[in-house]
Amino acid sequence: MTENIFKTEGLTVRFDTPDGEVQAVSGLNLEIAAGETVAIVGESGSGKSQTFLSVMGLLSKNGRASGKATLEGRDLLTMSARELDIYRGRDISMVFQDPMTGLNPSLKISRQLTETLEVHQGCTRAEADKRAIAMLESVGIPDPKRRFRMYPHELSGGMRQRVMIAMALLCEPKLLVADEPTTALDVTIQAQILELFADLKKRFNTALVLISHDLGVVAGLADRVFVMYAGCVVEEAPVDDLFENPKHPYTKALLASTPRIDTDLENLEPIPGRPPNLQRLPKGCAFAARCSVAEQQCREIRPPLKGIAEKRTCACLLVRAEEREPA
Amino acid sequence: MSPPLLEVQDIRTEFSVSGTGLFQPKRALRAVADISFSIQEGETLGVVGESGCGKSTLGRSLLRLIEPTAGRVVWQGKDIVGLSSEEMRQKRRDMQMIFQDPIASLDPRMTIGDIIAEPLTVFEAALSKADRRARVLEVMDTVGLAGDMLNRYPHEFSGGQAQRIGIARAIITRPKLVVCDEPVSALDVSIQAQIINLLQDLKHKFGLTMIFISHDLSIMRLISDRIMVLYLGRVVELADKAALFSDPKHPYTRALLSAAPVPDPKTARARQRIVLHGDPPSPLDPPSGCAFRTRCPLAEARCATRVQELESVAPGHEIACEVVAGGS
Repeated sequence: MTENIFKTEGLTVRFDTPDGEVQAVSGLNLEIAAGETVAIVGESGSGKSQTFLSVMGLLSKNGRASGKATLEGRDLLTMSARELDIYRGRDISMVFQDPMTGLNPSLKISRQLTETLEVHQGCTRAEADKRAIAMLESVGIPDPKRRFRMYPHELSGGMRQRVMIAMALLCEPKLLVADEPTTALDVTIQAQILELFADLKKRFNTALVLISHDLGVVAGLADRVFVMYAGCVVEEAPVDDLFENPKHPYTKALLASTPRIDTDLENLEPIPGRPPNLQRLPKGCAFAARCSVAEQQCREIRPPLKGIAEKRTCACLLVRAEEREPA
Repeated sequence: MSPPLLEVQDIRTEFSVSGTGLFQPKRALRAVADISFSIQEGETLGVVGESGCGKSTLGRSLLRLIEPTAGRVVWQGKDIVGLSSEEMRQKRRDMQMIFQDPIASLDPRMTIGDIIAEPLTVFEAALSKADRRARVLEVMDTVGLAGDMLNRYPHEFSGGQAQRIGIARAIITRPKLVVCDEPVSALDVSIQAQIINLLQDLKHKFGLTMIFISHDLSIMRLISDRIMVLYLGRVVELADKAALFSDPKHPYTRALLSAAPVPDPKTARARQRIVLHGDPPSPLDPPSGCAFRTRCPLAEARCATRVQELESVAPGHEIACEVVAGGS
């Protein structure tokens, strides 16, 4: 197996709120190799975004991260802000959901793109311009020279997202984090951007973390999938295994409640209730209250994440290693 | 066939937008361009398209929440476009709407009991307080809200519950038609499924007629009987659900179907995606002829010369594309 370029160990994110402390991410262990695409799937509040905001040093003021998040052996969490600035944008960069808020509305595209090259790579203006325009072209922006001189508001949503991706890729980062990169886009534009990610992955061998609530997007792009619920990973598996043979009751329920474009379904099977309040997490399994197979022990013991097969982990007391799942 | 519940003839809705410069004349943005269709009682018509295609404007124009510029909206045999606002108010008892943003569409200063009861105070003013309360509790039960939530305020509810409140408010007058404008797109998958199933149940229980507006074709496949695909204010394809998914005809519909993500990695890898190039054109400056021709893989010279009219390619299946329909 290729070497992991990024790794988290026991990554935990807490927020101080007026109503007490909230643990948004609990002890996340994740590894990713060069060229690999790992997807993190979950619903609102599952902690999927906070995980990587903490890695990028972008938590809001009341947030704290603990544990380890190492990029090629260096822990990003313990770095000073100044040190982090060296890595952020150069070795690790992030693409956000809303391209309008990710871009500075008062600066031309040109300035926003060349800044990173001048800061990180000491490029001259002319050199930076040249490379930035070339990158705009490779992310599929037609007429890149003209677009380069525009302001973000002059571009469509899909174009802005391409600019964000170009910006993130300019220094050829080792790890690219895409947080719901297509959620704000129309379906036909989403297809363009997903195609672009697949293509860029091949060309740059970038490790990609795809954070998404959309199982369809994940199925099309990921190699490996982490499913999160209430701040914890509940299941991890290679993409084919996860969709073909999901083990955790939450993963199963999520798949059963997803409408499909490729089949006629009579009805969806919704998950009853709603995700728990992170301030008042139950003693046992966080999913037990909504789970159709939960037993008494599930309400008392918090299930640990354990290996159940090769490259597969699952956090459910009722799922045994290499055995049949509960009926 | 019985006469349709609602028949729409060449409805057009334009907005006036300011010109590019300070002294430039105002320009007309045609959000809905001459759309005609009819809907039978008990049927669910899906309206699908991407942002800016006019699907929400169409929904609002039908209820005259936005005044259409031209065309007729015939409700049970009577054109409602010319009605006075008082007459229109009475019609709204039968025609209700459910909105996308469940929390923003509820008045934050009213208790949910008052929100749900409000249509009754307008349409059934004679109802006693006790009867009104009974009706509210009954409808809350129907949509899956506990009766003890009556005196709470909207901010205390999650998105899914807030959408249940919106649905309760819409169905309390026992309307015949409900226009649902992206009712689940703000919700998480697991909650989305709850609301979709609730709408399905209501449809069967009360024989509701629904116009379901969404950008999501996989939801359309679950809930609609017939589907109308819009592009830049015009209908490009109208067909029964089965025909639309098994045999889409219009190049835009085909692209839309192939672009929608499938939650199955093997299918996703195997299928050929038609990736459209470029962005949809601005409705302020639509291309001549067929609006889709600038992105269409089948476009020919003739597509630029005239607007495509809907024509029948099979019983109940219409498309606006002479290249495909003509079988060149």
